[in-house]
Amino acid sequence: MQITLTGIIRLVFERLHIPANWVAPTVMLVASVIVLFFILFVVLYLIYGLRKIMGWIQARIGPNRVGPYGLAQTIADALKLLAKEDIMPAMADKWPFIIAPIIVFVPAYMVYLVIPFGKGGSWVAQDLSIGVLYISAILSIPIIGIITAGWASNNKWSLLGSFRAAAQLVSYEVPLALAMIPPVMLAGSMSLQGIVHAQQGVWFGIFPKWFLATQILGFAIYMMAALAESNLIPFDIMEAESELVAGFNTEYSGMKFALFFLAEFAGMFTVSAIAATLFLGGWLPIHPALSFIPPVFWFLGKTLVLIFVLMWIRSTLPRVRVDQLMSFGWKVLIPLALLNIVWTGAVVLFFPR
Amino acid sequence: MPTITLQQFMFGAIALVILGSAILVATLRNIFHCLLFLALSFLGVAGVYLLLSADFLAAVQVLVYIGAITVLMMFALMMTHRVMTTDISQSLTQWWLAPLPIALGIFAVLFRVYVRHGGQALVDTKHHAVPTTGIIGQALLTRYMLPFELASILLLVAMVGAIILAKEDKSDDPA
Repeated sequence: MQITLTGIIRLVFERLHIPANWVAPTVMLVASVIVLFFILFVVLYLIYGLRKIMGWIQARIGPNRVGPYGLAQTIADALKLLAKEDIMPAMADKWPFIIAPIIVFVPAYMVYLVIPFGKGGSWVAQDLSIGVLYISAILSIPIIGIITAGWASNNKWSLLGSFRAAAQLVSYEVPLALAMIPPVMLAGSMSLQGIVHAQQGVWFGIFPKWFLATQILGFAIYMMAALAESNLIPFDIMEAESELVAGFNTEYSGMKFALFFLAEFAGMFTVSAIAATLFLGGWLPIHPALSFIPPVFWFLGKTLVLIFVLMWIRSTLPRVRVDQLMSFGWKVLIPLALLNIVWTGAVVLFFPR
Repeated sequence: MPTITLQQFMFGAIALVILGSAILVATLRNIFHCLLFLALSFLGVAGVYLLLSADFLAAVQVLVYIGAITVLMMFALMMTHRVMTTDISQSLTQWWLAPLPIALGIFAVLFRVYVRHGGQALVDTKHHAVPTTGIIGQALLTRYMLPFELASILLLVAMVGAIILAKEDKSDDPA
């Protein structure tokens, strides 16, 4: 028998004589707490990984003082951040200033509802039938938080930063969503588990039937738009240090700043996880012969490879200019994404599964 | 005393959020705050769709109304410096009667639907939700093909029109 969270909680509740209709809400609560701690853990070590990898690429050592290999560095940084004074600018718009980081963080957290970490129902919080659409809908909310942060800070750097952020996120949301459509067309399903299942099998006994095979263009468009959505270099003009101090979060400190930071790195994991699911077969092994390795390791492995690619790009390329960013998004990425949808339509029409 | 179901309770709570934030949108003096409450109101409408098992519509509601329309309004707001900094009264005392016919008209339409269906629920919310995406797609490309195509053409025309309006006129002398 497979051990599931629902099974454990049901058993405990039976022993303690707690009514059975409390099981479902408790499962939801426990699952959401588990996901929250997963995000915190992932973010702590993504930051560490980013600093180490950037260090190596730029021929430096990176953090190495706190703990073995500097492994406790980000824990120390997080504690320092929590202990800092939470400053509210005197001329800030009080309640929008407070809710802005929450508007940014909550959607970044909600996306984890549909991410399939492994095979079957116990590895995904809720496999929605509108999964892909849910992701694009939820990921469109943080823009409001970023604009609110910039506006409420009552600071020109913040306002300029959030102005750029709004322009960039709105522009790159379109190619991101358009690049997510072809996998949906190929799988005939918007549920993320359904999309993974549609990628099962191999061609000629070797090549995995991942959607990447016909979607190299779509994958490239997705990754470029994902770089922009998680505002990494070369698309980090919204918080360009040399031009804007720190962009929309200039006035933020302490816990509120930590929430922005958390959302940013959680978003980096999210976009990579979605790319792994839509194009690289999610938790499926490269070849059925390798299926003795548990699905969750395949999923995390693919996601971490994609995160490494994002960090690699980030530490190699210079920043683009605002107008270049806009014209690239609207005049290159969107037409290519539309072309890719037409191509996928031809694939579905002439090579039905 | 009649017991209320969880669903009725949720509907009440969501309706309260929608109406409360809609009233704040119409009365607050700071226009940026109005926009934030407008977004909350849109989110409440998405909640109503969820209660009616319309998952596709709920997601589209969030995507279009919060992700696009509210953000567009905020964008426009940030470009108009004067509106941003001053607190403006929203009420026009001589126009208070104008919303009345609109509200009555909407009420008349809803009442007609209610009467026509004999007070029965239009949507079956007792049972588990079925995925609506496929059904909506089928309906749009078969029975409602013409309205769907017309709406697409309307949007295309609006888009081309907007581009023409925003484009610099190069034929004129630089003045």
